[in-house]
Amino acid sequence: MKILVPVKRVVDYNVKVRVKSDGTGVDIANVKMSMNPFDEIAVEEAVRLKEAGVATEVVAVSAGVAGCQETLRTAMAIGADRGILVETDAELQPLAVAKLLKALVDKEQPRVVILGKQAIDDDANQTGQMLAALLDWPQATFASKVVIAGDRATVTREVDGGLETLEIPLPAVITTDLRLNEPRYATLPNIMKAKKKPLDTVKPADFGVDVAPRLKTLKVAEPAKRQAGVKVADVADLVAKLKNEAKVI
Amino acid sequence: MAILVIAEHDNASLKPATLNAITAAAKIGGDIHVLVAGSNCAGAAEAAAQVAGVVKVKVADAAHYADQTAENIAALVIETAKSAAYSHLIAPATTGGKNFMPRVAALLDVAQVSDIVGVEAADTFVRPIYAGNVLATVQSSDSVKVITVRTTAFEAAAAAGGSAAVENVAAAADAGNCKLVGRELTKSARPELTAAKIIVSGGRGVGNGENYHALLEPLADKLGAALGASRAAVDAGFVPNDYQVGQTGKIVAPQLYIAVGISGAIQHLAGMKDSKVIVAINKDPEAPIFQVADYGLVGDLFEVVPQLTAAV
Ligand SMILES: Cc1cc2nc3c(=O)[nH]c(=O)nc-3n(C[C@H](O)[C@H](O)[C@H](O)COP(=O)(O)OP(=O)(O)OC[C@H]3O[C@@H](n4cnc5c(N)ncnc54)[C@H](O)[C@@H]3O)c2cc1C
Ligand SMILES: Nc1ncnc2c1ncn2[C@@H]1O[C@H](COP(=O)(O)O)[C@@H](O)[C@H]1O
Repeated sequence: MKILVPVKRVVDYNVKVRVKSDGTGVDIANVKMSMNPFDEIAVEEAVRLKEAGVATEVVAVSAGVAGCQETLRTAMAIGADRGILVETDAELQPLAVAKLLKALVDKEQPRVVILGKQAIDDDANQTGQMLAALLDWPQATFASKVVIAGDRATVTREVDGGLETLEIPLPAVITTDLRLNEPRYATLPNIMKAKKKPLDTVKPADFGVDVAPRLKTLKVAEPAKRQAGVKVADVADLVAKLKNEAKVI
Repeated sequence: MAILVIAEHDNASLKPATLNAITAAAKIGGDIHVLVAGSNCAGAAEAAAQVAGVVKVKVADAAHYADQTAENIAALVIETAKSAAYSHLIAPATTGGKNFMPRVAALLDVAQVSDIVGVEAADTFVRPIYAGNVLATVQSSDSVKVITVRTTAFEAAAAAGGSAAVENVAAAADAGNCKLVGRELTKSARPELTAAKIIVSGGRGVGNGENYHALLEPLADKLGAALGASRAAVDAGFVPNDYQVGQTGKIVAPQLYIAVGISGAIQHLAGMKDSKVIVAINKDPEAPIFQVADYGLVGDLFEVVPQLTAAV
C-alpha cells in the first residue's frame, strides 16, 4: 500500500512575520522556512505505518517554488522513500493545490493520502477536504489516532465537543491534528541518506491544471495592537481593578 | 440575492455558532435561508425559524444526517445550492463547518474563504492569516462564495423575533462510506468555551491534572466560568483536547480571560487575544503573555490562585 503525503513549505512557526510597508503582502524574504508542523506529523504517521508493515511506500509531494526541494528532503530524512515537486512560482491557493494533488493521486494510485489539517501560513484548513471531494473519497480530518487494517481506516478525530471515531473504507484522505504523534528528529545519517533518494520535478502544466488564484488579496495589515496593560501588586489589587475599573466581575 | 447558512445543531436546538454565522450573512445582505440537516431535527428547524432575519428554513430530515458526516452534508449542500441560485454559502468555522465546507467548495469548483472576521463587501472579506498576526482582505471572483465564519468576530443574531417559513427538502443520497463508531464528548455543567463570558485557562505551569482541577475548578465555579487550556497542558494530559485555546484549538473572546501558568506563545495568543479583558498570572515577569494582559500578576500560581478564589 502506497501513502502520499503532501508537505508545504511555510515560514517557521517561531517566526513572527511582518507585513510589507506597502501592505501588499507579508515579507518572507530572509526568514526561516520549515515544513508545516502538521505535515511533519503526517510524514511521521506514514513512516510509522510503513515501519509497522501496513504501508509499502511513502511518497512526499510538495507544490511551490524550487525551495520546496528542501522540504521534501526533510520528509525523506524522516523516512519518506521519494519526493515529487510540482514546481511553480505562481501563488497556489488550496483549490489549486487540491487539483494538483488529485492529478498526482491519479498517477501514483496511493490508497491513503495524509495531509496536515492546516497550513500555518494561510490557516486555510481546506486542501485535504477539497482533495477528498475531487477524488470522491471519504475523509477523516483532524486525526489524533489512525488505525489501518485491511481496507479500512479507523480514525479518532478531535472535534469541538471532544473526540469522535470514524470508520472509513480505503482509499481515503486523512488530515492530522497535533496530538497524532510526535515527529522524530532526523538524524545526520538519515539526512545524508535522504540526499540520495529520488526527487522528481514536474510542472502544473504537465497535468493541465489551471492554478490561477480565485481569491485576490487586496491588502494585508497587522491587527490593532492591544494597549499595554499594567502589573498589579497583589490579588486584592487585581480583584479591585476587575470589579471597579474593568467591571467584568 | 439569497444566502444559505448551514446550521450547526444537535437536532433539538441550534448551536450558538449558527447565530454568529447568521449575523455575518446579514452583513453581506440578502435574504437569509438556513439549512438544517439532521435526524429528527424538527426542534432545531423550529429554533432556526425564530432567529431574527431568517426568511426561510430548509429541513432535510434523514437518518444519514444523524452523524453529520462531511460526505453526506456536503452532498446535500450542493443539491440545495443548485436548487436556488444562492450567492453565498456560509457555515461557522467550527470543527463541523471546517470539515464539510471545503468539500462543498471543491465540488462547486470555487475557492473557500476560511474563518472570516469581517465583511467589506459582498465579494470582499477580511480573514486572519499567520495565527492572527496578519489580517488579509481578500476578494473572491467566484460565482458562489463559500465562506466559514469566525464566530467570535460576529455578534449572535437574536434567537427570537423571526418567523421564517419552514420547508422540507429531500435528502441527498447516502454516501454510505463513513461510519461513526464512537464519540467521547466532554460532559460539563460549565458554559461552553466558545460562548463563555469568563474563561479560566491553565498552562504547563499548573504542573499536572490534579493541580489543574484542584486550583482552577474552584475559581471557575465561583466565577461561573468555562475552563480552557494551552496546548502544553492538553498534550501533557491535564485536560481533554477540547479545552485547547489557540491557533489550532478554539478561538475565544470572552469578557474576561484569566491565563494561569501560560507563557503566551503566538499560537496561544491567536486564540484569545480578542478577549475584552485579559488577566495573566505567571511567575516569570518576562513571560510574553504580559504583553497582551490588561492586568498582570507576577507570582506563584499555587499561592495566588487560592487567594483569588477566596477574594472573588
Ligand atoms: C503548529 C502549532 C500549533 C500550535 N497551536 C497551539 C494552540 O492552538 N494553543 C496553544 O496553547 N499552543 C499551541 N501551540 C504550542 C505553543 O507554541 C506553546 O508551546 C504552548 O502554547 C505553550 O504552553 P504553555 O504556555 O502552557 O507552556 P510554557 O510555554 O511552558 O509556559 C508555562 C508558563 O508557566 C509559568 N509557570 C511555571 N510555574 C509557575 C508557577 N508556579 N506559578 C506561575 N507561573 C508558573 C512559566 O513561567 C511559563 O511562562 C502550537 C504550536 C505549534 C507548532
Ligand atoms: N503547496 C502545497 N504543497 C504540498 N502540500 C500542501 C500545499 N498546500 C497545502 N498542502 C497540504 O494541505 C494541508 C492543508 O493546507 P491548507 O488547506 O492550506 O491549510 C497542508 O498541511 C499540506 O499537507
